[in-house]
Amino acid sequence: MKYLEEYRDRALVEKYLDKIHHTVTKPWNIMEICGGQTHSLVKNGIVEMLPHKVKMIHGPGCPVCVTPVHLIDHAIALSHEDQVILCSFGDMLRVPGSSGSLLEAKAQGADVRIMYSPLDALQLARKHPEKEVVFFAVGFETTAPAIALSVIRAAHAHIENYSLLTSHVLVPPAVKAILEEDDHVINALLAAGHVCTIMGLEEYYPLSGTYQIPIVATGFEPVDLVQGILMAVVQLEKGIAQVENQYARMVQREGNRIAQDVINSVFQVTDQHWRGIGKIPSSGLMLRDTFAQHDAQRKFALQSHPPLKDTGDCIAGLVLKGVKKPMDCPMFGHTCTPENPLGAPMVSSEGACAAYYHFSGFSESLAE
Amino acid sequence: MCLAIPGKIISIKSGDDEFLKSGKVSFSGIAQEVGLMMVPEAKVNDYVLVHVGVAISVVDEAEALKTLRYLEEIGELDELHKDQ
Ligand code: SF4
Repeated sequence: MKYLEEYRDRALVEKYLDKIHHTVTKPWNIMEICGGQTHSLVKNGIVEMLPHKVKMIHGPGCPVCVTPVHLIDHAIALSHEDQVILCSFGDMLRVPGSSGSLLEAKAQGADVRIMYSPLDALQLARKHPEKEVVFFAVGFETTAPAIALSVIRAAHAHIENYSLLTSHVLVPPAVKAILEEDDHVINALLAAGHVCTIMGLEEYYPLSGTYQIPIVATGFEPVDLVQGILMAVVQLEKGIAQVENQYARMVQREGNRIAQDVINSVFQVTDQHWRGIGKIPSSGLMLRDTFAQHDAQRKFALQSHPPLKDTGDCIAGLVLKGVKKPMDCPMFGHTCTPENPLGAPMVSSEGACAAYYHFSGFSESLAE
Repeated sequence: MCLAIPGKIISIKSGDDEFLKSGKVSFSGIAQEVGLMMVPEAKVNDYVLVHVGVAISVVDEAEALKTLRYLEEIGELDELHKDQ
C-alpha cells in the first residue's frame, strides 16, 4: 500500500539503527507517548535492536487503558437496559470493570456491538428509532473530531436516540503531569503523530521549553519510529531541546483547524480521571450543554460516583507512567494474560503489557 | 486506538450540507465510504489519512519522500562539514 509499505522497509530501518548506534555516546531515556507506537516498537523488535544506551519508556497513550473503572461499570449497566444498544470500539469490550466486562454483558444477553466508526453507530440510531443507541466514546484528540461530528450530525438530523458516554482524554496535560513528577527519568519525547495531525505542534513548544526536553512528533511505521528516535538522540547529544516534526507528511504545525473547530463546538475541557494514574486537571473532554440531549450521563441520570479504586495488585499506573516495565509486574504472564487480563494494559493491543506479552517472548534483555 | 491509514480518494460526493461531505476511498483496492468534511482541499486521486471513518489529513507527497531520503541528506551534510 502506498505511503505504508515504504516505511516498513527493513534495510532502511537497519540504516537508521546504524546511524543511531554511531551517534549515541551517553545513556538516554526516550518516552514514546502513544500506545500505537509502543505496539509497533515491540512488534518490530526495534526496542531490542536499539543500542543499550537508548532506552524506550512506554507512555500512557492508550485511551482504552486509562478509561476509568466507573465509566466501564456505567457502560455495562446501560447495556443491560432493554431499549439500549451499547456500541464501542472493539478493544473496549474486554476491559474489566469492577465486576465483569462489556463482553461478558453481551454473553448474558445485553445488546453490545463493536463499531468501527461513531458514524456507523449514528446510522444504527437512525434505523432503530425505537431504541436508544449509546456510543461509549473513548479516545485522544485523534478520535475526538469523528466523535464530535457524529453528534453534530445527530443534532442536525434530529436523531434524538443517539448519545455518547464519553471518556475523552487529552495528551499534553498528561505529558505535563508526568514531567512534573520529581522522579521522572525522561530525557526526550516522541509525540504521537496522529494526535499532532489534529492538534499540530503548538502545545509542545512550552513543554519542550519549560522542561528542556526534545520533543519529536513521530509516525507509527518502523522507519518513522527509528527516524524519530534518531532525531531525538541527535538533539540530546548536541544538548539542545527543540520541537521537531518527523511526520511532516501528515502533520502540519497548526494541525487541522477544521477538526479543532469541530471538537471545540461540541466539547469543553474538563478534569479527567485516568485509570491507574489518577485525576489530571484539564485533561479530558465533556459535551457542552448545547448537546446535553446527546449526553448519556445526563440522559440516563448516571450517578457520577467517585472513581473506584483500581483493582488489586495490578501496577498499571506505574507501567503507564513509564516507571515500571510490564515484566516488573509479578502477575505478568502468570495470572495476567490477554485471555484473562487483570488490568487494562493487558487488554488493548496498544497496552504495554499486551504488546510485551505478544511480541517480546519475555526476552531477558528486555527485563532489565 | 489512534490507528489511521492512508487511502486514495476515488470519488467525492458533496451534498448541500458541508458536514455531510463524503467520498469513496480505496485501501489496497477495497473501497470505503469516508467523511471528507475535515479535508476540504482534498481532490480525487489524493491520498488521505483516515481514522474511524473520517479523513483527517491530506498526505503531503514531498514530505513523504523526505522521510525516505533523510539519511542520505544528513549524510551529505556530514560530508560537507568534513570538506570544510
Ligand atoms: S501485567 Fe496485568 S496486572 Fe500487571 S500491570 Fe500489566 S495489566 Fe496490570
